[in-house]
Amino acid sequence: MLSAESVSKIYRTRKGVRRVLHDVSFRLERGGNLGILGRNGAGKSTLIRLISGAERPTTGHILRRMSISWPLAFAGAFQAHLTGLDNLKFVCRVYGVDYKPLVPFVEEFTELGLYFREPVQHYSHGMLTRLAFALSMAIEFDCFLIDEAMVVGDVRFHERCHVELFQRRKERAFILVTHDASVIKHYCTKVSVLHEGRLLDFPTVDAAYDFYLASLADKPDVREL
Amino acid sequence: MNGEPSLLRSFEVQRRVLYALLMREVITRYGRENLGVLWLVLEPMIFTLGVMTLWSAGGLSHTSAIPIVAFAVTGYSSVLMWRNAAGRCSMAIEQNKPLLFHRNVQVIDVLLTRIVLEIAGASGSFLVLSSFFIFIGLMPFPVDLLQVLVGWIMLAWFGASLALLIGAGTAFSGIVERLWHPASYLLFPMSGAAFMVDWMTPALRKAVLLLPMVHGTEMLREGYFGNVVRTHYDLGYMAACCLALSLAAFYVLHEAARRVEH
Repeated sequence: MLSAESVSKIYRTRKGVRRVLHDVSFRLERGGNLGILGRNGAGKSTLIRLISGAERPTTGHILRRMSISWPLAFAGAFQAHLTGLDNLKFVCRVYGVDYKPLVPFVEEFTELGLYFREPVQHYSHGMLTRLAFALSMAIEFDCFLIDEAMVVGDVRFHERCHVELFQRRKERAFILVTHDASVIKHYCTKVSVLHEGRLLDFPTVDAAYDFYLASLADKPDVREL
Repeated sequence: MNGEPSLLRSFEVQRRVLYALLMREVITRYGRENLGVLWLVLEPMIFTLGVMTLWSAGGLSHTSAIPIVAFAVTGYSSVLMWRNAAGRCSMAIEQNKPLLFHRNVQVIDVLLTRIVLEIAGASGSFLVLSSFFIFIGLMPFPVDLLQVLVGWIMLAWFGASLALLIGAGTAFSGIVERLWHPASYLLFPMSGAAFMVDWMTPALRKAVLLLPMVHGTEMLREGYFGNVVRTHYDLGYMAACCLALSLAAFYVLHEAARRVEH
């Protein structure tokens, strides 16, 4: 079980405090899923950082009774001088997993060839993304945190991600955060909309979808910097 | 990955994360080509050798009783103990923010990694250099090995708590980093590395003994040279300073962890 209880996040800016999330609550059971729709500046990335634990809420609590992944395919923690293999070893050490049995999967999935043992500073963007995704899959989590904006790539890569995530691991829980309404409709059975820092619940996916599309027509969110 | 949180489990996670970060940091800083991890010890060794040569050439040996090589090695190694870790921890949180997405990795782990590496490097350098100079007869064998060890541990404690405080402080404001740079330069000549407290006037002694690391260096030297030198230090005072510094560091660190923003 993963739950957020009245979570708020305030950032200090030079022009005073800015409330990015306001009283956000949700609950996700094992094997469940939650889609969170929000347009740019709605607080999606902040919510991701709070759920993953990279930042702490200003008020409220996040309870984790199952293991939560880091944001899927997040390549920011890669160190330029480390090789792909080093990065695999690092992640495995942090999560207490033996890396050796995972090498074939990561090598096969990333299609890095010789580059798997070269520093990641020589990788192309596509290679980085493939490595990042493979590492996310290498550690088995109860719940995956998916920031759709991060998973970019060509069609073939998308398809393989889809197989790994939604077919081979379909019994796992996930939270999908995106601004793309069609993606959410495709994968999620429950959808909330992050609107002006508040997380709004809807009885059906379609109701959330309609509200979100209507809100897009409003004036641009001025809080976006 | 699940299971009830317990002290034992937390300890195991802590050990794992520190090991992972240590390996990562070593490869990042020294690479795996040529000498690799040996640089951890070689770098401070080169510094110490350079300073030793300068001091010997400059005729810093005020008293003939102390061999200049041993004086320089004990002095500069002490400086490395309190200065390097703090220098490496400055802005370390900022540089390692993306790692915090791995929930087991906490702000303190990032700082502890750098502290452990710096202290290991400085200790290794001290050990290798003194062993070598003792072997070729340029340095005497320490009179009281246990006291040298206690002095060293005290310097390590001081260095670690200072580094935690500086590291956590830089997460709040860049000013801490800007102030630390001049402070580390200004503290060096006052730290007891290049003088014995006994050489000073009583008034100056009192002032310089306000600095905790001077006590550690004096203690180390008394252990090394024995009765040949007259030393001035107060283990209790240094311990109290280190304790206060550690408490302050943990408080600032706690606040910094709450405030960290990407």
